[in-house]
Amino acid sequence: MQALLHAIVEPGFFADGAVQIAATLGGVVAVVAGLIGVFTVIRSQAFAGHALSDIGSAGGSSAYLAGVAPLWGFVGISVLAAAAMEQIGVQRARGRDVATGIVLGVGFALASLFLYLGMTYHNSSGEIPTILFGSVFTLSAANLPLVIGLGAVALLTTLTLYRPLLLASVSPELAAARGVHVRVVGAAYLFALAITVALCDLTIGAILSTALLVGPAAAALRLTDRPHRAALLAAGISLACTWLGLLLAWDSFYWPPLRHGWPVSFFIVTLVLAAYLAAGALARGQTKRG
Amino acid sequence: MFSGFMVNAWIVASLAAVVGGAVGFFVVMRGASFVAHAIPNGSFAGAAGAALVGASTLAGLGVFSVGGALGIGLLGRRSRRDVATALTLVFMLGLGALFLSFSAENSEAAYSLLFGEVLGISSNEIGPTLVLSALGLLMLGLLWRPLLLDSVLPGRAPGRRTLAIELAFLLLVAITTTMTVPVVGTTLIFTLMIAPAASARALTARPGLALLLSAAIALMTVWGAIALSYTTNWPVGFFVGSLGACAYALSRVAHWSSGG
Repeated sequence: MQALLHAIVEPGFFADGAVQIAATLGGVVAVVAGLIGVFTVIRSQAFAGHALSDIGSAGGSSAYLAGVAPLWGFVGISVLAAAAMEQIGVQRARGRDVATGIVLGVGFALASLFLYLGMTYHNSSGEIPTILFGSVFTLSAANLPLVIGLGAVALLTTLTLYRPLLLASVSPELAAARGVHVRVVGAAYLFALAITVALCDLTIGAILSTALLVGPAAAALRLTDRPHRAALLAAGISLACTWLGLLLAWDSFYWPPLRHGWPVSFFIVTLVLAAYLAAGALARGQTKRG
Repeated sequence: MFSGFMVNAWIVASLAAVVGGAVGFFVVMRGASFVAHAIPNGSFAGAAGAALVGASTLAGLGVFSVGGALGIGLLGRRSRRDVATALTLVFMLGLGALFLSFSAENSEAAYSLLFGEVLGISSNEIGPTLVLSALGLLMLGLLWRPLLLDSVLPGRAPGRRTLAIELAFLLLVAITTTMTVPVVGTTLIFTLMIAPAASARALTARPGLALLLSAAIALMTVWGAIALSYTTNWPVGFFVGSLGACAYALSRVAHWSSGG
């Protein structure tokens, strides 16, 4: 039994400080992303969510260039970009695809410039992979209160608006008829999304931010139609993928090529995709039987 | 600016712009900006993988962009397309992170892959680019009517036919990606596909004219970007992105002032 356990969990996993911090921070972010993500999927805003996280990388690089703490760059740019998308027309189904694309293009253009200037004046090209891909294992415990605080703001915004937001997401016309300010509710949600994405960017990187926002929520929505059940399920899947990914990354240190761990993001993304495919197979099996 | 090695850059970039602008017309018509962003961005993994096994970058980009196109087309068949696109994209990026961690790829090379490096285009890239652009334009010509019909009135054709049209469209995006990455970089190709086409659509409602206009605006964007990049030494991607956004803003102003 002991030997089997050691084969699955390489010794030292639970005792390692970096792992403990990564598991705590990653866990908090995973739960927030899973909960918020259900609305992202219902509202078909996966592109907006992804665009915000990519634009966040522009904020991160500009903050790095200016010597400010990256968090404020991430949060500031994400909220700014969300406002720009809202303004150009993210709410209208027809215009929002192009609106998101144009805002994302400007964000990337700025990112490329800032990274270039950073490379030229700070001679620091090593930052690029970290900004783009993130690394959970390099986080410090000092971030924890901030991460929890921002996560709470995003969750509270969504929870306060839960019912009108749900109605406005499923049927905007019906919501408007019932006196819901559809546009205000949509803008408030976009704000919560921007904060969540900035949080994810900072802690787990831009790739995982999209993966955890969209994947678990989409998988949960394949399994159940009830929004609150889907939200809890999504948070669970997201947390499981993150922790399992951390464990595999820790184990991979002993896989070939030796003494060179595989990136955490690869494991988490693969697990999220597997969960989504499994949920689809499960749902199909249920409809066949039922 | 037009001497020696820069000639290659001008030729390759012009071909990429014309095909990108033309394919972009359908990207905007079909509301497929996310796809046009996901396929090039994910193909980054292909370049990283090619560097790892010692294959040519172009082959790696081709394999991964076609793979991404198929993944999006098949995953999105019976579920939400934006979710399928997002998951395909993040999976390819995850693979890219893995390849990058295995290879000793320096980040200067990664940077030029992400944001473009005009000066790095060699004359032996002209051949493949010519073939790919001919292929892309030929496909576009053959599929013009069915693709246009399916984009304006989605869901009219029988299910199997719709899937075939969708896959053909995704392959077009993949071809454009493969030939454009060396010039503009993976992150800003989609601007080249979206901004000129969205500007053209704001200026005219006629499909044929909009397609030509889109290709022309893309060409001007790329030419301007290369010239500016050459003189300032700033990244091409920055100028492609900003010029594209400017073109879009101008076309919106023109559209608005003409009372449309």
